[in-house]
Order: sequence, then structure tokens, then C-alpha cells
Amino acid sequence: MSDQGRPPKIRIENVSYSYDGKLALRNVTLDIPARAITVLFGPAGGGKTTLLRLINRLNDLIEGTQMSGRVLLDGEDIYAPGTDLVELRRRVGMVFALPLPLPGTVRENVLYGPKLAGVRDRTRLDEILYRSLQQAALWDEVKDRLDDPASTLSGGQQQRLCIARSLALEPEVLLLDEPTSGLDPISTGKVEESLFNLKRNYTIVIVPHSIQQAARVADVAAFMLMGELVECGPGSALFVRPRDRRTEDYITGRFG
Amino acid sequence: MTIRETFERELQRLQDEMLVLGSMVGKAITDAVDVLKRRDMEGSRQLIAQDRLINEKRFRIEEEALVLIATQQPMAGDLRVIAAVLDIAHELERIGDYAKGIAKINLMIGDQPLVKPLVDVPRMADKSRSMLERALDAFVRRDVELARAIPAEDDEVDVLYDQIYRELITYILADPGCIEGANYLLWVAHNLERAADRVTNICERVVFTVTGEMLELDGKSSGL
Repeated sequence: MSDQGRPPKIRIENVSYSYDGKLALRNVTLDIPARAITVLFGPAGGGKTTLLRLINRLNDLIEGTQMSGRVLLDGEDIYAPGTDLVELRRRVGMVFALPLPLPGTVRENVLYGPKLAGVRDRTRLDEILYRSLQQAALWDEVKDRLDDPASTLSGGQQQRLCIARSLALEPEVLLLDEPTSGLDPISTGKVEESLFNLKRNYTIVIVPHSIQQAARVADVAAFMLMGELVECGPGSALFVRPRDRRTEDYITGRFG
Repeated sequence: MTIRETFERELQRLQDEMLVLGSMVGKAITDAVDVLKRRDMEGSRQLIAQDRLINEKRFRIEEEALVLIATQQPMAGDLRVIAAVLDIAHELERIGDYAKGIAKINLMIGDQPLVKPLVDVPRMADKSRSMLERALDAFVRRDVELARAIPAEDDEVDVLYDQIYRELITYILADPGCIEGANYLLWVAHNLERAADRVTNICERVVFTVTGEMLELDGKSSGL
């Protein structure tokens, strides 16, 4: 990793989290490096999605939850009073499991955010459109269909459109929750390909849809089990020689 | 039977096949020296033919290992076992080649008498075979301690090799007419020395299988 030794882009510090008194995260501490893909993986109910959603405060509106610990973005606590949530979510984008294109054309989908943020200049908007679709590895496939309804794209294309939509806001961090769970292997390959290109400029945190995907894309892999961070390390080491018995048992299919 | 159980059975079968290969190779080493000692030409020809079976077995193991990788996407300990089997099967095949080399030398010496009676050469062969068998045993039992201990015995093989080398030199000095015959026996000793070296590589794979550590298990070497 090129950024080794530098301070992490995101630091999760002693975070515990509970829904209605049920502990979903137990004292999790994790450093997420800049310009790399960090993978959160483990069996269902382990706290991966909860942790992911805490990074751009998507859990704020859920009632009956309690959180302790800190989440630092570039050293700043994103849960500190006075944090600008709109700005936070611009800097930290989120892509969900099922692609949810907005009604409207491909172009409208990508430019919805920037327009809402007040960008009016045509040339600037065209630049954003091109750059976002390029980075999401979708441009070549849709460059002649920019004004077609987004709903006419294939599932894999729709998911990359959602990634492009996040990228249009020039975020620093991209969070992805099982972004390829509904896609065929070819589309999955294309989404992974786009993540590979994106990590040169962005910090990426992904909950993968399989252990194999975790192993393919992880620069850093974090194994979560029952709300606990069991083990974290370079993907190249963790999938060959995990240190913890529970990680070994999970990735070799002995449970989960 | 669950998918995991099926996989485990396949993985076990792969290791069993490797052990069969190991015993074929161990036997080939001592047989090759035995037929040389008895000057049994027919025995040598049979050993050369049997090497083909060793090669075929190795390819079959390799193929089965690749199928397991492709179909099961093994990770962690499972992946290390398969990687080790691939590597060890390769080492075994090469040890088999050394045995075949010795059988060929017997044919090359033909009806010439040996320049000296074989004393240390059979000891080298027995030692190498014993190291090989225990290295495979260490693999089966995932015994890191044993795997770390065996390479030290390679030094004993190296000492025997040095001894044979010096002795053959004295024969050559005394009678240059026996250069060719002495050279043949030196090749035999060299093949056995190489076979023991490869056992060290197998021991390194055992350590890797258990600990994930890539470790060089070098005893001090003979310098030859």
C-alpha cells in the first residue's frame, strides 16, 4: 500500500453500538487507510453493515440506538456537535446492495447531486458527467445512451451508475454495502474493475457479497463476528495465514 | 455429506496420493543403489521404466490439486495444504529422477567392474530415504518440530558425500585409468546428496503448511 505509515483516512475508535439494548458492535477499533480498499467481512449479523453506516451517520435516525466511541475522518470526530451532515455525506458516499437509479435519464441521475449543490455551468456539468461515468467504468457503454431512461440499463450498469452518481459529488470516501449481490459474474467483474481504478483516488470501504470477493479486492481485510472485530490485516496475508482460529474456520467454510 | 465434508475427503485423498508417490520415490532411491551394487542390468532397466509411473502420479496429483483450487477456492490452512502438496509432489518427482539417474549410471558402467566396493553409497541412500519418510510423516502429523529437525541430518549426508569424494580422488590419483569409473560413482553420490537436499525443501513446506511461515531450513552445506 502506498499510504502505509500515514495517518488513516478513517479511524474507528472503541466504537460500541446497540439497537434497543442489543449490542451490535462491541468496542471496535479499526484504522482505514486512504487510497486502498478495506473489506469488512464475516457472517450475517456480525455488524459489518452497522459499522459501514456509522461512517456517514446513516444510523442517526434509527430510534432506540446507542453509540459510544469515536469515528474520525481525517482526524475529526464526525459525531462531534456541529458536524455538517450534508457536507459529511458529500465527502463520504454510499452505494447500496440494490441499484436504485432515480427516475430520469442516465445524465440526470449522475448530475442530480451536483445540480442540487448549485452547479449550473454546462461545461462543468459535462465534465462531471464524463469523469464520473469514466471512473465508474461505465462511460464506454452508455456514452451514446446518456439521454435514455436509467431504467433501461442492465443491473450491472445500474449499479455502476449509482457509483457514478456518488462520484459526481467528488467524495473522498466511498462506502459500498454488497454492491454486487444482485449481479451476474460479468457485471460483478466490471464493478470490481471500477473499484480497482477508483482506489487510486478514493478511500473505499466495502462489505463484499462473498469471501471470494473479499479475497479478490481487499487491500485490508477486517473479519467481524458477532459485533466484534476479530482480526484485521493485509488481504494478501489474512486469506493465506489468518492469525485467529475463528477467521480460519470462517474462510475455510467450517461455519457461517 | 456437506460440501465441507466432501472437500475434506478430497483434500485427504490428495494427501494420501502424495504419500503413495512418496513411498514409490523412497523405494526407487534404495532400489537404484541396490541394483547398482548387484550390477543388475535388468533391474536398472525396470527402474528407469518405473520412473514414468512416478511422473504420471505427480501429474495426476497436480491435476487434482488444480481441480480443488478451481472448484473450491480454498483459503488459509486448506490453501496452504494444497500449495504444499503441489510443491512436495514436484520435489518427489525430482528425487525420482535422481533414482532414475543412478539406474542409468549402472547401465553406463555396463560390464566394467566398480572401482571400489559400495559402502558409503548405500548408507547415503538409506539415510536419504529415512529422511524422506520422516519428512512425509511430519507432513501427515503436521509436526513442525520434526520438520525443523530433519534438515540437520542433511549434514550427515553431506559428510558421507565429502568422504566418498575424497576417497574416489585417491583412487584416481593412484590410477588415472579409473577416472571414468570413479566419475560414475561420484555422480551416484551426487544424486543422493541432491535427493537429501530436496527433503529439506519438503520440510520447509511442512513448516509453511502449519505456520504459514516461509522458512529456509538450511543445515550447513558441504560447499560442493
